[in-house]
Amino acid sequence: MPQRADAAALSYRDCVSAKIKCLRYYRQQKKRVSRDRVSLLFMGDNDMISQLTSTERQYALVILVLMSLCGLVMAAGGRGDPLGVHGFVVLAFSVGLAFVLISGFYAPQPDPEQQTQYYDDPTKVGIALTMAWAVFGMFFGVWVASLLAWPDLTFDQAWSSFGRMRPVHTTGVIFGFGGNALIATSFHVLQRTSRARLSDQLSPWFVLFGFNLFCVLAVSGYFMGITQSKEYAEPEWYADIWLVIVWIVYFAIYLRTLARRKEPHIYVANWYYMAFILVVAVLHIVNNLAVPISFGSAKSYSLFSGVQDAMTQWWYGHNAVAFFLTAGFLGMMYYYLPKHAGRPIYSYRLSIISFWGITFFYMWAGSHHLHYTALPQWVQTLGMSFSAMLLVPSWASAGNALATLNGAWHKVRDDATLRFMMVAAVFYGIATFEGSFMAMRPVNALSHYTDWTVGHVHAGTLGWNSMIVFGAFYALVPWLWKRESMYSPKLVEVHFWLALAGAVVYVFAMWNSGIIQGLMWRTYTENGVLAYSFLDSVEAMHPYYIARAFGGLLFLTGTIICSYNIWMTVRAGKALATDNDAEGDIPVFARNAVQAGE
Amino acid sequence: MREFFHRKLERKTISLVVAIVAVASIGGFVEIAPLFTIHKTVEEVPDMRTYTPLELAGRDIYIREGCYACHSQMIRTLRDEVERYGPYSLAVESKYDHPMLWGSKRTGPDLARLGDKYSDAWHVAHLINPRDVVPQSVMPKYGWLQRNELDFSKLGLNLAAQRSVGVPYTQEMIDNASKDAYGQATPDTDAASGVSERYGEATNVRVFDGDPARVTEMDALVAYLQILGRLTDAAYKQSASADAPTPVGE
Ligand code: HEM
Ligand SMILES: [Fe+2]
Repeated sequence: MPQRADAAALSYRDCVSAKIKCLRYYRQQKKRVSRDRVSLLFMGDNDMISQLTSTERQYALVILVLMSLCGLVMAAGGRGDPLGVHGFVVLAFSVGLAFVLISGFYAPQPDPEQQTQYYDDPTKVGIALTMAWAVFGMFFGVWVASLLAWPDLTFDQAWSSFGRMRPVHTTGVIFGFGGNALIATSFHVLQRTSRARLSDQLSPWFVLFGFNLFCVLAVSGYFMGITQSKEYAEPEWYADIWLVIVWIVYFAIYLRTLARRKEPHIYVANWYYMAFILVVAVLHIVNNLAVPISFGSAKSYSLFSGVQDAMTQWWYGHNAVAFFLTAGFLGMMYYYLPKHAGRPIYSYRLSIISFWGITFFYMWAGSHHLHYTALPQWVQTLGMSFSAMLLVPSWASAGNALATLNGAWHKVRDDATLRFMMVAAVFYGIATFEGSFMAMRPVNALSHYTDWTVGHVHAGTLGWNSMIVFGAFYALVPWLWKRESMYSPKLVEVHFWLALAGAVVYVFAMWNSGIIQGLMWRTYTENGVLAYSFLDSVEAMHPYYIARAFGGLLFLTGTIICSYNIWMTVRAGKALATDNDAEGDIPVFARNAVQAGE
Repeated sequence: MREFFHRKLERKTISLVVAIVAVASIGGFVEIAPLFTIHKTVEEVPDMRTYTPLELAGRDIYIREGCYACHSQMIRTLRDEVERYGPYSLAVESKYDHPMLWGSKRTGPDLARLGDKYSDAWHVAHLINPRDVVPQSVMPKYGWLQRNELDFSKLGLNLAAQRSVGVPYTQEMIDNASKDAYGQATPDTDAASGVSERYGEATNVRVFDGDPARVTEMDALVAYLQILGRLTDAAYKQSASADAPTPVGE
């Protein structure tokens, strides 16, 4: 039992009976707060290392040595091939981390008392990495958007060509920004809803840094021209294998921590996080099956070809949307929204329907990306039908979120953090309605291949994914670093309006351009010939591409402000006068929502 | 009753895990597995040929540069698409495409029937600076393709890997891959003759990039672009035959 963290054990009220213990705890907290200020600067500084036991430090070193060796083997085996460059990247990454580790290797052992607290260091670093990737990925988004308006806004260099930078953008935001946000919040949510400390201290770091190594390999690879060309699965075989290893450890953390939980029930947020981890693993492994041309080369050829490959890729692609960009983020929403609003989830029954509906229906829907193609019609029809049904569980979750806010609208009005979450739920509703609509064959005949798809995607990613992350972070950062509030609530407000304006400008620009494009391609003159050349449609896009780049710039500006605000909250935010763990660090559901359940 | 059941389920990690994986697996299984077994999924055509090593190298460059991000290679069964681009695409046409490059976005036009539509010289000029030949274009410049010599020394490995995933390259083709790549772009050398022997008389053997002295990445990419839609005549035959499915849509 003493091994288990229990939020209540940290409260001052409990300490009254044991004053000495309490004082020690208080001092320790104060020290931690000041040390935490530096923690964001150095991803694994001494402070964080001193939380590791000496056994964990030794294991960490062994892992880093093994990884360095892997890097060396890749560098040697891949001489004259981009794989060799990646060998050096792996080597530098591992040696860099090893240096940080060694610098704190002989720091004093951690206080065994820490076992009674939650372990949030990986979440903190994860937040920093999330924001770094957000700025990076969105910067490249604005750049590639500008290239479509002004194609010569580039260097005459292969790395800076549109085709190579586009996946830098998509991977940077989906995996770098979205993935880090998922990992960071999942560790936090998992502990709070289980009321148990993470199963150990080393594996969360392995997952976090391992995942970021994957992202670095992916992005640096595109610049060099390494890609499988599979949408949202561009990284080559060795990076894919590495991600599988990271993912297994991630799942193990979930299983082992859940095994220690003090709550009898697994909270709904964790169902979603688990579906995210599990199904992404299945999708990733199947979609990436490939044969490398040699073990000394980055290049591989997909096991599948043609129509089977198309179906596999979109089974993956659509469900990357479903389980990476939807399930995981719903997990985030199902925790931070009720928590921050201080209200129980509106309906337990709806969350069950929504969860199983999404898990089942989504996996059938991928073929809506292949309407009117050489894919057999029966598969297209299945994809269309299930996409229509998908609206039910999707709106069940969106509705559940909004109904949870019902009665707290004054809070939504006054609190930009909650407004971020509210707008996220609304955009989620819009994007899923639009998605089901676009999946209908006649609609898809118009929308497919056009910017409408891009508009739809960004209603999802800007309006839903980003907004829920920002909302969650604005709730989480003061909580984790024990601050009274964000450094500047005003800047949160500014960010909210920039993000909303940016998303709306972006989405409207792409709806317009997409529909115009689609109509121009199919318009006939009275004489029965096509009215417009393809180039006519390219020219017609120009103003919308400018508008889109502008919308993206607004959104990026908001993200930079958010990073600054988080940074300043950690560095200079007003520390909380009293510890709020007793009240605050127990999830709302534990008190009423689920128990109260129907 | 169901809730009772669910409240039990959510108390057991393992049953929850098993339930998630089971429920999620059904859709993909039902939709993907039959595509490998149902015979009609991919048309049988006798004249379908594989890419030559030079064309395959060009295809790899097409992938490397991310051309698929803006160009589709999949003409849908819609009247306007067929009239704009040519006969709609058949499954067999990408039978040897590991991976497929159907694409999902047309920032530029579809390329499935690009082969023989423009001259090599046009392609070279267009790739070096698209706006020299198409002033309104937003396509990037690819000057380095003309500057970079093609590394064809290891193409045998590429062909061998293609064979292991199911493309019918013969051992002879694999052994001669580098030589054939070189020969296809240098018609005046000895290496040229083997190409049409191994890949058919119809193979384009010529200087693609306008520079007979060097085999560049431009040679490879243009060779690939010129073969798009030309690996088989099936699509043209199908659209000419009477009982072909009529394209739908307005
Ligand atoms: C009910 C839920 C949804 C359905 C039925 C749906 C359906 C669709 C359809 C029909 C397309 C266009 C396919 C094409 O013509 O190429 C599409 C594309 C896309 N959607 Fe959704 N969507 C849904 C929700 C979402 C959400 C919530 C997001 C983001 C979080 C999202 C992200 C994307 C992405 C990234 C693509 C781009 C794929 C490509 O490159 O073609 N979707 N979706
Ligand atoms: Fe989809």
